[in-house]
Amino acid sequence: MSAATPIEPAALVPALKARALNKRYGRVVALDNADFDLMPNEILAVIGDNGAGKSTLIKALTGAVSPDHGEIWLNGQPVSFKSPIEARNLGIETVYQNLALSPALSIADNMFLGREKRREDLIGRMFRTLDKPYMQKVARQKLTELGLLTIQNINQPVETLSGGQRQGVAVARAAAFGSRVVIMDEPTAALGVKESRKVLETILRLKERGLPIVLISHNMPHVFEVADRIHIHRLGKRIAVINPKNHTMSDAVAIMTGAMAPPLDEAA
Amino acid sequence: MSDNATGSAAAERGLPPSEPGGVASFEEADRGPIRRMQEFLHRFPTSIPFIVLLIGVVIFSFAAPGKFLAPFNFSLILQQVTIIAILGVAQTLVILTAGIDLSVGVIMILASVVMGRTAVVYGVPVEIAFPLGLLAGLACGFVNGVIVTKLRLPPFIVTLGTWSIFGALNVWYSKSETIRQADVQETAPFLQWTGTIIKPYDFFSNTLGLDLGFLKGWVLNYGSVVMLIVAAVIWYVLNKTAFGRHVYASGDDPDAARLAGINTDRTLIGVYALAGFICAIAAWVLIGRIGGVSPQAGQTANLDSITAVVIGGTSLFGGRGSIVGTLVGALIVGVFRNGLALSGLELLWQDFAVGVLIIVAVTIDQWIRKISS
Repeated sequence: MSAATPIEPAALVPALKARALNKRYGRVVALDNADFDLMPNEILAVIGDNGAGKSTLIKALTGAVSPDHGEIWLNGQPVSFKSPIEARNLGIETVYQNLALSPALSIADNMFLGREKRREDLIGRMFRTLDKPYMQKVARQKLTELGLLTIQNINQPVETLSGGQRQGVAVARAAAFGSRVVIMDEPTAALGVKESRKVLETILRLKERGLPIVLISHNMPHVFEVADRIHIHRLGKRIAVINPKNHTMSDAVAIMTGAMAPPLDEAA
Repeated sequence: MSDNATGSAAAERGLPPSEPGGVASFEEADRGPIRRMQEFLHRFPTSIPFIVLLIGVVIFSFAAPGKFLAPFNFSLILQQVTIIAILGVAQTLVILTAGIDLSVGVIMILASVVMGRTAVVYGVPVEIAFPLGLLAGLACGFVNGVIVTKLRLPPFIVTLGTWSIFGALNVWYSKSETIRQADVQETAPFLQWTGTIIKPYDFFSNTLGLDLGFLKGWVLNYGSVVMLIVAAVIWYVLNKTAFGRHVYASGDDPDAARLAGINTDRTLIGVYALAGFICAIAAWVLIGRIGGVSPQAGQTANLDSITAVVIGGTSLFGGRGSIVGTLVGALIVGVFRNGLALSGLELLWQDFAVGVLIIVAVTIDQWIRKISS
């Protein structure tokens, strides 16, 4: 499999593509020649049973795990990450299930955590002063863009927010910096019905802004509501990609668990 | 599909106006004024030490009429708490990262011995001896930080060990000899500069010709000025720089901090090294206060610094607290000790009161933290 061979139509370069990813942990095969394609401006859901290798796949795509072999392309360019920071610097943002927010810090501080903006004037260079007004402005702007600014005060600590609002802050952070791909790990798992709804709306807004999104979820109604395509992972590899308009949730679950043969027409 | 469409449409119509207000009012109606107080204290945690300080001042004004509420007495309290407050600033940095530094006191003594002995006994110019002392403090802190991060040991154990190690180095370098005040004054008077008395009233009337009557009777020293400068600089670092934000984040939730791209090890090493450096500055103030250099000085400084930090509202679990709180915490300890003494109570009741303050402070902290769960 050479990197130069275009498998997709020339007009559609996948935003994120992987071929033949392998990863073993001792005798356990977590990834067995797994393929992955995320097209531009789509929401791709990734589903799979526990232990199917779905989280190893995501870790490989975000730099948290380096595959034994296999290749990854970002917008057609071959890439390899040694750490999540490297993936992030290339524009792949991940919203982790635990959100990676610092509860006692403010919304604005959290949005810029780890990549704070310094003042550009002499004082900023000499005393490393942070440009707080700028960071607050951008934080407010990003939250507004995603329709999340029911949050009253950009300087309130994140721990005073509800679960859904915290998720919103994490998503807004990813959207603010994720120039190419946003990956979301179980964003609705810990939330109630109303808050899940809000987060799904946020995901759709993110897509409207032109960002491709990978959504990992166990929640079939949520997956079928927002996904454009569904990547089904089983036994360490992608066994099917289905269009939610042509299949039912029970089809998806059946393919995922091996009760139904994967459809050949739409794969890859 | 149609189900989903109507679902989200309903959500759009119904949710945004009702959700935030609805949830908030529900909680307030449910819990009443206690909940509201919890929220207030959560938002302004430093208000508690301020209130305690105020209560202390009011009580002792009545308990020791005429004596407590005098400028001279306040000046005395300020001088007594200066060293503890500086060490408290160092301790605050470490405790914000959910650590603890049991070696702050001994680092201070070691640094004072390095400064004093190098200059006075070995005759090295103070321009070299003084920075050497600062460097010794920095190095001790750096060692703490490296052991905590690279060997992944609990800070309590690491600094318990280095407390002993630095203490031994102190005995080795000082040969357990005290340096007399007169000798310091003769060879290295710069080391005593922090003990220089300032009379603010005289200062303003001599330089600016102002007759500021309310300053009469106040006696400060440069040590207190050094304390304020150290506190101001660290306040700035914690609140206005990226490093400061990383200190809070590393103590609050280290995993989240790492996922957000923060190098938590580097942050921690920086914190311990900075704390060591601040202890060396405290060493300079210590020499100014006692005049000479004693390898036995400041034995209780360790626990006193932790007391100041905890009473000042900084959480031992990391991630929340402030420099202002620590300064007020140090003042509270000073005011209670001084006030109880002036009220004619025995020394043991001072210790008793400080103990009660610590337990109350930690209880309140625990209660405030519950708000987030």
